[in-house]
Amino acid sequence: MPPTEHELRLRERLGRLRNLPLLGGARISGELERLQRQIARIGEEATDEEIWRKVELARHDERPYTLDYVERLLDDWFELHGDRALADDGAMIAGLGKLDDRTVVLVGQQKGRDIHERASRRFGMPNPEGYRKAWHAMELADRHGFPVITLVDTPGAYPGVVAEQHGQGAAIAHSQATMARLKVPTVACVIGEGGSGGAIAIALADRVLMQENAIYSVISPEGCAAILWRDAGQAKKAAAAFRPDAVHCLELGVVDEIVPEPVGGAHIDPDLAARQLGQALRESLAELEGVPGDDLRRRRRTRFRSLGVFA
Amino acid sequence: MAKIDVSVETNDQPSPPPSHPNTCPSCHSHYRDDELEKSLWVCEQCGHHFPMRARARIASLTDSGSFAEEATELHSEDPLEFFDLRPYTERLAEAEMKTGLADAMVIGRATLEGRECELAVMDFAFMGGSMGSVVGEKFSRACDSAAEAGMPLVSVTSSGGARMQEGILALMQLPKTVAAVEDLRDSGQALLCVMAHPTTGGVLASFATLGDVVLAEPNALMSFAGPRVVQEITREKLPEDFGRAEQNLRYGQIDAIVPRAELRQTLSRLLRLFNAPD
Repeated sequence: MPPTEHELRLRERLGRLRNLPLLGGARISGELERLQRQIARIGEEATDEEIWRKVELARHDERPYTLDYVERLLDDWFELHGDRALADDGAMIAGLGKLDDRTVVLVGQQKGRDIHERASRRFGMPNPEGYRKAWHAMELADRHGFPVITLVDTPGAYPGVVAEQHGQGAAIAHSQATMARLKVPTVACVIGEGGSGGAIAIALADRVLMQENAIYSVISPEGCAAILWRDAGQAKKAAAAFRPDAVHCLELGVVDEIVPEPVGGAHIDPDLAARQLGQALRESLAELEGVPGDDLRRRRRTRFRSLGVFA
Repeated sequence: MAKIDVSVETNDQPSPPPSHPNTCPSCHSHYRDDELEKSLWVCEQCGHHFPMRARARIASLTDSGSFAEEATELHSEDPLEFFDLRPYTERLAEAEMKTGLADAMVIGRATLEGRECELAVMDFAFMGGSMGSVVGEKFSRACDSAAEAGMPLVSVTSSGGARMQEGILALMQLPKTVAAVEDLRDSGQALLCVMAHPTTGGVLASFATLGDVVLAEPNALMSFAGPRVVQEITREKLPEDFGRAEQNLRYGQIDAIVPRAELRQTLSRLLRLFNAPD
């Protein structure tokens, strides 16, 4: 069968990718093949409409949240509530559980289902206390050699007066710094909204995955539109300009792998979505298993330090 | 065409521009260029700190003629072919013309009252000091340079946050710079951070707050989200000094507020304390 126009375009993009400096270096051996497989699976580059559709799916009311996956993937889940300093932030979940026979620490933002839960979990926007809870749990994992799984789903860190007084910026920085120091395998997956600093705070991982209909971006489409077009209503245009979709993030080397979802989105069949996510997490952890901690840490830092495009 | 300010992520912009850049926005005293230069761009009437350009900052901190700039060849690319009201490439060219800089950060080695250190200094005049791939790379190289030479790194930040026009790659400069700081730490060298007005968004949420010692200039805004965003989203009443250096000091977020006239002396003392080579 002759290649379709889409395939041709993708091949061309892939060709361009090979020349990007961000794909240079040791990390890339074997990665191109993976990229090729991934891009082949996704099949086509998203149009502006499809990108907006993904923004809507990523924010869908019925989309599975962190605890929905915890329930389906982990046994013996034990939630750790406190940041051991000030508060229990409902917007951030941390806990211990068994993935198959292995103890893991799972950390992730949590949105609410009904109006009360949404308010108490601040729509998945953590305060500094949430990030402190996250790094506390990750340090626990490091002490005991447990792999860390993070599930990213946040519109962003909470922009509140008290959050700022308690050092929101520094909390996000310190959470990343903690992840850069870990000597245990770490896998992050963007499962909904990967909103800016609030997301990257828990995404500095050895392997970064992204669900097919998740978004990952430096700013929300509305925020970008408000600044650049002076009109939040231009969100669709903004999204098309910075392309927060998974294929684009894969192309740029920001994520390593796209995790498939049920047709129509994860909310159509959360059980299947959880199985698909579980498989991807297991594969990633298996790849990292047995790698010495110092090597993991060095590679993780090298990976993130190689990101960027400049001349 | 309306001029668009690129303060990213925080939606934050410095207070409305005064009628003239040499007019103090708080007490309306007016200065000639040479007067401001002499006072290190600080209002002699009320102590307001005007923005300070990167090269002037370096000159004010380092021993005369000691600064050797590094990574001058780095320029931004346009990976997203980003176009809002104007193409990103055009904005870059304009910023370069206006500032004489290749991007929003200058790095290099210098001596400060005889003590050697690496410097990474931001310039708000270049696209709101926004952090894209070049700023991330330069900071990252500054960390390596300090580690290799066995001397502390001094950063002076002034930034609206991540550079939106570089999309997700701009966000990736947060973990990139954080990873670079961790490598610097492992080498045993110190990071001394000075936050000038404003240090917000992605720069605050990455290397700027990771210093062994964190200093700020008086009244510098240092908040992750800008005052306008906080007001709009939460409808909370903002305290008078919301996100300012003084509030951050009161809440234990920084180590000291240092007026510009004392910065050189303060850094010099810290370099001695951290045993910087002389």
